[in-house]
This record gives sequence, structure tokens and C-alpha cells, in this order.
Amino acid sequence: MAAQRAGRRGQEMADDEAHTPLQAILLADSFTQRFRPITMERPKVLLPLVGVPMIDYTLEWLASAGIEEVFVFCCAHAKQVTSYLKTSRWKSQPNFKLTCIQSDDCVSAGDALRSIDQRNVVLCSSKVLGDFVLVSGDTVSNMPLKEVIQEHKARRTKDKLAVMTMVVKRCKPSPLTHQTRLGNEELVLAIDPATKQLLHYGAPNKQRQSILLDKNLLAGRQGVRLHLDMQDCHIDICSPEVLMLFTDNFDYQQMRRDFVRGLLSDEIMGNKVYTYEIFEDYATRIDNFRAYDVVSKDVLHRWTYPIVPEVSFSDSQATVNLDRCNKYREQGATVSRNALIGENTFLGQGTTIGSHSKIKNSVIGRGCKIGENVVVEGSYIWDNVTIADNVQVIQSIICDGVLVKAGARLEPGVVLSFKVTIGENFTVPQYSKISRVPEPTEQDSSDEELEYADSTGDDSGGRIYISANKVQVGQDGAGYRWFKDAVHDEEWKQSAAAISGEKIKELMAKQEQEEDDIQDVDVIPEEKLLSDEEESVDEDDNFEKEVEENFKRAVNGVKLENVVLEVNSLKLGYNKAFSDCAGAMFRAMLNLALETPHSTAAELLSTTKQVISKWSTLFRNFLKSEDDQIEVLLKFEELCLESASEFSPLFSKVVEELYDKDLVSEEAVMSWASEKAGAEEADKVFLRQCESFIKWLNEAEEEESEED
Amino acid sequence: MVAAAMPDLQAAVDDFVIKLKRRQVEGSLATAKSTVLLLRQVVSHQRIPSSGPASSLIDAVKSVGSRLIAANSMELAVGNMVRRVLHIIREEEATIVAAQVGVTPVSDSDDDADVDGVPGLSAVALAAANRTALRAPSLHNLLESLPTSAGANVEPVPESDTKSRSSDKNSKSWKLKHGVIDAIGLLLGEIENYHSEISEQALEHIHQNEVILTLGRSRSLLHFFREAKKKRSFQVFVAEGAPRYQGHKFAKELAAMELQTTVITDSAVFALISRVNMVIVGAHAVMANGGIVAPVGMHMVALAARRHAVPFVVLTGLHKLCPLYPHNPSVVLNELKSPSQVLDFGEMSDCLDGTDGSPVHVVNPMFDYVPPELISLFITDSGGHNPSYVYRLVAEIYSPEDH
Repeated sequence: MAAQRAGRRGQEMADDEAHTPLQAILLADSFTQRFRPITMERPKVLLPLVGVPMIDYTLEWLASAGIEEVFVFCCAHAKQVTSYLKTSRWKSQPNFKLTCIQSDDCVSAGDALRSIDQRNVVLCSSKVLGDFVLVSGDTVSNMPLKEVIQEHKARRTKDKLAVMTMVVKRCKPSPLTHQTRLGNEELVLAIDPATKQLLHYGAPNKQRQSILLDKNLLAGRQGVRLHLDMQDCHIDICSPEVLMLFTDNFDYQQMRRDFVRGLLSDEIMGNKVYTYEIFEDYATRIDNFRAYDVVSKDVLHRWTYPIVPEVSFSDSQATVNLDRCNKYREQGATVSRNALIGENTFLGQGTTIGSHSKIKNSVIGRGCKIGENVVVEGSYIWDNVTIADNVQVIQSIICDGVLVKAGARLEPGVVLSFKVTIGENFTVPQYSKISRVPEPTEQDSSDEELEYADSTGDDSGGRIYISANKVQVGQDGAGYRWFKDAVHDEEWKQSAAAISGEKIKELMAKQEQEEDDIQDVDVIPEEKLLSDEEESVDEDDNFEKEVEENFKRAVNGVKLENVVLEVNSLKLGYNKAFSDCAGAMFRAMLNLALETPHSTAAELLSTTKQVISKWSTLFRNFLKSEDDQIEVLLKFEELCLESASEFSPLFSKVVEELYDKDLVSEEAVMSWASEKAGAEEADKVFLRQCESFIKWLNEAEEEESEED
Repeated sequence: MVAAAMPDLQAAVDDFVIKLKRRQVEGSLATAKSTVLLLRQVVSHQRIPSSGPASSLIDAVKSVGSRLIAANSMELAVGNMVRRVLHIIREEEATIVAAQVGVTPVSDSDDDADVDGVPGLSAVALAAANRTALRAPSLHNLLESLPTSAGANVEPVPESDTKSRSSDKNSKSWKLKHGVIDAIGLLLGEIENYHSEISEQALEHIHQNEVILTLGRSRSLLHFFREAKKKRSFQVFVAEGAPRYQGHKFAKELAAMELQTTVITDSAVFALISRVNMVIVGAHAVMANGGIVAPVGMHMVALAARRHAVPFVVLTGLHKLCPLYPHNPSVVLNELKSPSQVLDFGEMSDCLDGTDGSPVHVVNPMFDYVPPELISLFITDSGGHNPSYVYRLVAEIYSPEDH
């Protein structure tokens, strides 16, 4: 009977999917350093999230969503990851196959995918991937995958170029949300509402408060929907071509910044990316401490159901009880009668909590000892941590084996890495990160490789670092403070600490300011943003940059003739006129003047004059006609308005200088003035500045004619 | 023990455990059915030793059963089915021992004497006869029969064990196994047919031009209404059953049957209950005291019905009947689901962290417990029963050792 059953099941499977197993590639490394210093000693995917390593969340989700084969790509601390997976229950799970791929030389997601592609070819044909799900090992989700994969496959059969489907989820449409929740930047997506094709992916331009779109996007479409309210879940359904694309374009490093934008801007190949929106389901990625905090809370709040603590999905055997107000307690956690356990808490097995301690909104792992009168709020304490009496821990992350001595205080945003000791009555300042491993210095070339060295667990125990610097960790403490990131301005955005009221107000003010602009964008994207000029902005930029490069070469001593030749060939290459060359060259000259240190406007003027006189011979090569000279003036005006605003008070002076050096003729200035006379009032600022000069020119002309 | 011997079976058990854990098995009917199928596999794979055949079977079923129950303590149907199967094994054993030793089985009916007199009768028939015998009379008899079987099990094996004896033994264990598998088959049939058994009683309960109120969706109720619709015309109010809104789907199904259907919000139940003649609902589980575990919102409906003296009728199969009491702390009576059913994550995402003020809490329980005093009648596949009679049903279909 059993055999019959098995046979039937086999048949069903064959009927269902004609059967290529659903596969996933899980990158067990995020290729960033945001979780440092913790990730110096343990890979990010093994860091516990509410008592369970992150990778278990991802694998559980993949397995329950019907994925049958997962390739785990390990990079940093590869040995730790593989040895963890070997002993885990994933190896013995029915209908679920786990393969670890190790690599030591990958520094980005792009490298990882290229390496998978190569192995794929090298190893054996049976391993060839079909469509696969590409996720990172820090994804927490409960979304079903069958539907999105089917949608992807259906699209693929119709259109071979639909190589990827991205999962997105709506979140509150404000820059505030992105930052407070996940610590990420805002994201603007342009999506074709009819086909769900992704047309644009990127952050809005902060300075100009606008979004640049290629007007070709509108061709043949009923409309384009711009989204500021989408969160990228970092779950991608990819076709095998994606791997090939990575191999072909060996400079692609990151999935989003390089690959997606590369595909979107590449019109020759015509590969397309589509989106899939999820509504009720949860999906997100933990890529910094803030996201860690937020996702932990979401798990405690059960948004990730059925992947929640009391449904045991990892190896731990302890049963978890759930009380009112999301209080989770594993069997074997001992809490003193007088201790106060508040809402949204998780207490692990073997943890003891002393009397009169207050725990709230926090996760405390297994085997921890919390003393008396301790306050723990909004913090994440991992396993075997000892916290002595009268300690305050607020919005901090404390790793395994840490010892916090009596009376110490951890201020918001503190991260204590493995086995750090904090001395008695010591106050750890905001946002400080303390580790037993000293911070690698800037010059240290092995910086990248440190994570790849196999630091076996007790290695750090072997060489004990006792910091001589008591200022950093207090009397009889042990550990080094890391400063590299602490000075980083945006620290508050990505730490686990709640964002202070001031910062929020600041953001709100900014947001209100921006709101109008956003509306503008929604209403008139085509006319305002999609003019020809904007379209070729990129190209212009490139051209100007290259001209500037050449100019610098001239400064550095390359012969003038050669530079002229180079620029001429650029002119041909970019299909530009002499006037463009002249404009670009002038810009380069101004930049040179700007770069030389100056304190007052007068000083700047004098350096500018020097530069102009020195390079006038070179410059003259491009000023063939009056038109070119007018172009230079227009360019100068434009520059003064935008990048080189320091020149705006000096506008007329510089124009005079150009006239004196005979670079700009009288006629050119006059025709520029007459051209501008008809312009809007706002545009006349510089014209007015030059009024006296123009007047003087006029008079000189008259005098000349009288003389005749 | 079982697992080591049978890798195939082990895989099947693991598979089901994982499915239960991931909450991928929905509804008590599906759960009960797969549990019974799995247990039948366990029984048929179990190699029965010549000494103590029944106890080895019981151990095997218990070891698998405890894993299944731990996987999802909220699916009470799993535990029910494990206990039913254990009860079946005990019964079979009692029958066989009785037949072998020649002691009259616990019954005073005349048939049983005949059964004993005919040695060629198949074990199945014997078992069937015995089962009816066990079920019929009283709790007292039921309890009395078991100790004798336990004692008899060891006693009748004589010291003079010969080859012929052992082969006889084998045939005995074979008989037991066969009997158990057969009885499990009957149980399966019972589970599969309970809809039709229940709906046969529809005409007795629903009368012409009545107004009936229900909450959420129930498959047995759908069959019940379909049967009633053949002879009667009546009207149904469906409370939508937030936050899962299964009432919407149910209303569609009813409308497709050409029933006059009205959807109302859960909060409108009290306003409309005065116009209603009867409330009929399905349940997730029936507890031993006659209370029910049902989709959230049911307690409110029951209270409204009591306030207006409207009969509150519960349709349930016997597989939902659970021998546990709701005050037992080991019985978790609720499951908290994702808040996404209640609130839109996108809209809420800024007030979940408590950056301004304290964060919003969302609680989304799946079930309500309705106490027995609010329930007027149970309609089961074995007929209509009062809540106060439920303990009796429990005693009939489960062995007290397994509670």
C-alpha cells in the first residue's frame, strides 16, 4: 500500500510541474560591514533573531513555501556557516535539499553569482538551474512563493527577456518610514501599472528634488506609475540568464545598484525586470542594526506568523509559552517574583532574572543571568550574558558571553560584541561599538580578509585583549571601542536605538518641504522632466568630465597640441560642436581655479585671472567663432547658478577678464546681452551685473565709430 | 523504535509534523483524516512481537501521536484521532483475548454466546460484535472489562510453549492487527461521511420560512442547508466573521444554491438577532464539558442568542469531540495569528515602533470559547445531543487511560 502511495505521489509531482524542482540561491553573506564589529567573529546569518539564527528564518520560509533545493553560498566565515548547517535539522528535512557552496574570494553579490555560474558549468549538467529564487540569508518572510514563481514562468514563456521578478511591498509613503523602520534611503520605483514592469529604480535626487526618467519609457505605454511608497523586499525570482548576465558584465557588484540599474538602462539587450507586490504577507531584509531592531519587534508582534517563537522551527527543543501582551517565555526561564516583565519580551531557557528588575520590549537569550534592580528596555541580549545588579541597558545589542558589571549604564545605540566586559559604574556613551577585536586601521590591507580567516569560536578566548584604555570600557573592563563608524554622521539612522524626537522633527520638516515637490512630480512628469535636454544629461556629464580630464593632463605637463587633438577626438566621439568643447573647457578652467585654496572672493578672482591668462592659448583653440564665445558665456552663467555659485558675484569681473585677454569679442558679449534682454526677470541677474561693462563697451564702440 | 525500523513511515510522519507546525493543514476534517491515515500506516508497519502485541501497538501509536500533538496543540482533532485509534486497539485486544480464553465478553446480550460458540468466525466479525458490545451498555462495564484484558494478556500463556503454540500466537497478533486496521477503516468512513449523516437531520431542525443566522463558514453547514433547501424555503443571515471574512465566501456559496442570503457585519448580530428563529454554526472543537472552541466572534453571537432566547445549535462531527476540559492548563485554547489580517502593514508601519508615543498592539486571536450553558443543541453524526450529554459521548468513544 505504501509503495502504491509513493507511486501516486511521484506521479502527482510529475504532473504538477513537469518537474524541475523549485530552487533557491541563498547568499549567506551580505557583503557589507554594517554589522561590524559583531561580524568580525560570527557571520551575520548566524546572529540570533529572537533566539533563532537568521538563516533559520530564511530556510524555514523557503522550505514552507515549497522550495525543494537550496544552494547556500558562504563567503565570510564560511566554515562556521557550513558546520552549523551540517548539524542542523535542515540536512534531514524531507523534500528539502541543502547544498553549501564555499568561496573565499568573493567580495560582492556579483562575485558570488559569477562564481556560482562558473561552478555550474564546471560541475555537472544535472545541477543546471531553472528559474530560481535569489535571497540573502537575512531575509525574514512568510510569503508564499508558488504564485510569484508561476507568474514569472508564465511571463517567461511569452517573453524570453523577462529575466527577473522583484518582490515589493507597500509601506507608509514617507521618507520618515523608510528611515525609522529600516534605516534605508528612500526609494523611487517607476512601474508600468498594466504589465508591472519595472522602469526605474533609484533614490530621488535630493538637491534637485526631482526624478529623471527617460522619455522613451512612455513610448507605447498607457502610463507610468511612480512609487515612493514601496519597500524593496530583496527577494528576486531570477531566470538562469541572470547568472550569465553577471558573468558577462564582470563589473556588476551589487544586485540593486549595478545589476538592476544596469538592466534598466541597457536598451540593446532589452532585458526586463518585473515587480510583484505582496499585501498581507511579510517580507523584509535585515541589513543594519535598525532593521534588526524593527524586525525583532515584528516577530514578537507576530507579523511573521506562522514563523513566530512559540512555533518551534529551529533545533531548540524548549517549548515556548506565550502570555498576554506578547510575552514569550521558554521553559526553564526563571523570573524572580518581584521582577517586572513588560510587554513584547522573550526570555530564553536557563535565564534567570533577579528581583526588582524591569524588562520591557526586549529579547533575552538563553543562559543569561540578570541581576537585581536591572533595567532592560528595547534591547537584545544574546546567550550566556551576565548582567550584574543595578545596571541599565537601553536600546542596545549585547552579544554572547558579555559581562556587564554592577552599576554600569549602556546608553541607546550601544553594541557590545562577544565576550566584552564593561567595568563597574561605567557609562558607555551613545552609539559606541565595543569589541574584543581591535579595530582594523585604515592602512591595514588585511581589513577585508579578517572576516575570511577562520576564527574558531574559542580563538578569541586564546588571545585575551585587555584594553589598557580604561576610558573606553571602564575599570577592569575588556574590549576596544570602534571609532570608524561612530563618527559617521548617519549613525543614528542605522543603530538599534529609537530615533530621538529632534531628529524626527528635523525629518518631518524636511518631508513637508518635499511634499509639494513630490506632488509636482506626480502631476507633470512628462513635460517637465522628460525633455530632450534632460534625456541626454548623462552624456553631457560624461563629455564634460572627459574634457576636464584632458585639461588636467595639460596642467600636469602634457603638450598642448596633444590635448587639443584629444579634445577634438572627444568632440567627434560624442558628436559635439566646438561650442560644447569651449563650454566644457571653460568649466574645467573654473574648476581648477576653485580647487586652488582661497578664502575671499578677491583671491578667487585673482587665481581665476591667472588660470585664464595661463591657458588662454589652449582655450583659444576652441573659440573659432562668435557662437562659441556666446556658448562660453552661457555656460558660465549656468555654472554660476548651479555648481560654481562662488563665481556669481564675480561674474562681470571674469567676463571683463575674458574680454581683456581677447578670448571673447565685443560682438559676442553684445549678442549675449541682447539674447538675454528678452529673458525672464529671474534670468537677468547676471545681465544686470554686467550692465556697466556692457555700457562701457557700447560707449567704446560709439567712440570708435565716431573716430571713423 | 518504530521510526528506526521504517524509514518510509518516518518520512511520512516527519512530513505531517512539519505541515502541522507550519499550519499548512487547514480545518479539523482534513487534519483528522490525515492523522487517521498516518496512524493506519503506523499500525500496518508495526511488527508485532508475540508477547504483548497490543501494548507494542499502543506504544507505537502513542509515540507517533505525542509528536503530532506537540506539533500543533491547537488542532485538537489530531489528539482526538490518536485517542480514537488507541481505543480501537484496546477494544480489539479485549475481543480477541475474550474469544481465546473463552470468557464471555462483557455483555449480557444473547448474541455473544453464539459468537463464542463458533470458532471459525472471522476476527473481524468478532471484533465488530465486541465493539457493539462494548459500546452499548454502561460506563461501568467498559471500565470493568479493561483490567481483565490486561491481566488475561499475561496469564493465559502457558509454560508449555511449543511451536504450534507460537504459530497460534502469530495468528493471534495477525488477527489483532487485521482487526485494528479494519476498525480504523471504519473510523475513516465515519469521518468522511459525517457531512451526510448530519445533513440527513436537516429537515427536523429547519422549518418553512425560518430565518437562520450563522457566522463564518462551515462545510457541514453548507451540506446541512443544501439538504434543507430541497424541501423548505428559508432565509440565512451570514455574519462575515472578521478578520478572516470567511462569511463572504460562504454567502456566495449559499447564493449559488439559490438560498436567500444576507451578509451582515459581526457587530450587527445583536441588532438582527430578534428577527432570527435559530442560530446554526460550525465549531472547531467540542470540549468534554460541552463547551465549544469556534472562530472568534462566536461567543458574542451565543450571548446575543441567549439574550433573545434564540436556540444556538452547533453542528459537529464526532471527530471534533475532545476528551479534554477547557480549564486544563495544558490545553492551549487559542492561536494568535498575524496582525496583517486586522491592519494594513503599510499604513501601520510608522506606529509600530513607538517612535512617537507607545506602539500600537494588535491582537488577532483565532478562536473563541463558548461555554456549554449558551449552547442549546449539538447535531452530530450520531444524532442530536444536549451539551450535558457530551461527557457521555466522550466516555463511549475514548478509553479513560488515554485522556
